[in-house]
Amino acid sequence: MAGSQRVYKQRIKSTQTLKKMFRAMELIAASRIGKARDRAVKASPYSRAITRAVSAVATHANIDHPLTSERTDTDRVAVLVVTSDRGMAGAYSATVLREAERLRGQLEAEGKEIQLYVTGRRGVGHFTFRGREIAKSWVGDSDSPHADVADDIADTLIAAFGADAEEGGVGELHVVFTRFRTMVTQEPQVIRMLPLEVVDGVTPPGADPLPLYEFEPSADDVLDALLPRYVRSRIFNALLQAAASELAARQRAMHTATENAEDLIRTYTRLANSARQAEITQEISEIVSGADALAAS
Amino acid sequence: MPLKVEMVSADHTWWTGEALSVSAPAADGSMGVLTGHQPVLAVLRPGIVRIRPSSGEPVSMEVDGGFLSVDENEVTIVVDPTTEQDRPATGEN
Repeated sequence: MAGSQRVYKQRIKSTQTLKKMFRAMELIAASRIGKARDRAVKASPYSRAITRAVSAVATHANIDHPLTSERTDTDRVAVLVVTSDRGMAGAYSATVLREAERLRGQLEAEGKEIQLYVTGRRGVGHFTFRGREIAKSWVGDSDSPHADVADDIADTLIAAFGADAEEGGVGELHVVFTRFRTMVTQEPQVIRMLPLEVVDGVTPPGADPLPLYEFEPSADDVLDALLPRYVRSRIFNALLQAAASELAARQRAMHTATENAEDLIRTYTRLANSARQAEITQEISEIVSGADALAAS
Repeated sequence: MPLKVEMVSADHTWWTGEALSVSAPAADGSMGVLTGHQPVLAVLRPGIVRIRPSSGEPVSMEVDGGFLSVDENEVTIVVDPTTEQDRPATGEN
């Protein structure tokens, strides 16, 4: 009997330690998420400027650029999967990886060969365990991505897109990441980044039409400079969204874990109390019966 | 009417405000923008962007490249990611 009481005490103790850890991780995630959202907001003037400029060129120039034209000479496609570096974020990584596997199935059904690019240790671990070849991976700063990492990713992918078919060039680029909608909803998303689909000449109703631009030195040169930047900014944006989603998912998961730990502690406390009570009752009845036996003799 | 100027890079807004004039190193040579400039999209080469704000000291910033768009007195200068040392310096020239 005394044994079970001690076991309950131990469990309460260890659950309390875990609870402290969960609480700390929840608070860390909560404090970082503001920063991550802030960064996403800070990056938006840039992407707005680029998108506006790209659509301005698209409206006024005849677009025929390597980055916008479909390639027919290769079946290889690149898939960039954005995952987190650490776990403890609930279903965050599992969801995005499931989406990636679904995309893989779909692309393979179309007879395409997949070249994997992964960011985040979770994704790297997932694909390495399954024996898939990873063309290139980036790890280390999934919850606060830097612009130069995004540039490196974009440059690698643009280079792969521009390479010859014999040298491992790819015909398409898909990105799987998690879009941050609100603090409670983040959804995995697949976008086809390359070849770029430039929607030209469409002005949303109510907005002023884009003015006639003059290009310096020429529309083609402007496009050459713009499109890689556009890809970079889209990738950076995907990384920032994924970072904010990761932190939100982690905060929620840790919050639930803290609550579960509290529940467990409550249950164990009840069990420990009844064990203690049972022990006391047993001791009393032993004493009483002992006394009775002595009195009878 | 002053120009509305926004100078941004991927993760940063470097300078924003109203200005009397902007000069930037366009691909074919230095380009000056005053109020009423026609809409233009220009590629920048490495050089120095100078902004003369409506009030206060002139601002200058070294850029590695980027582009500039002018649209109805709104000037957007998109610069490539620059390091902290390249932050806009006020007071010079």
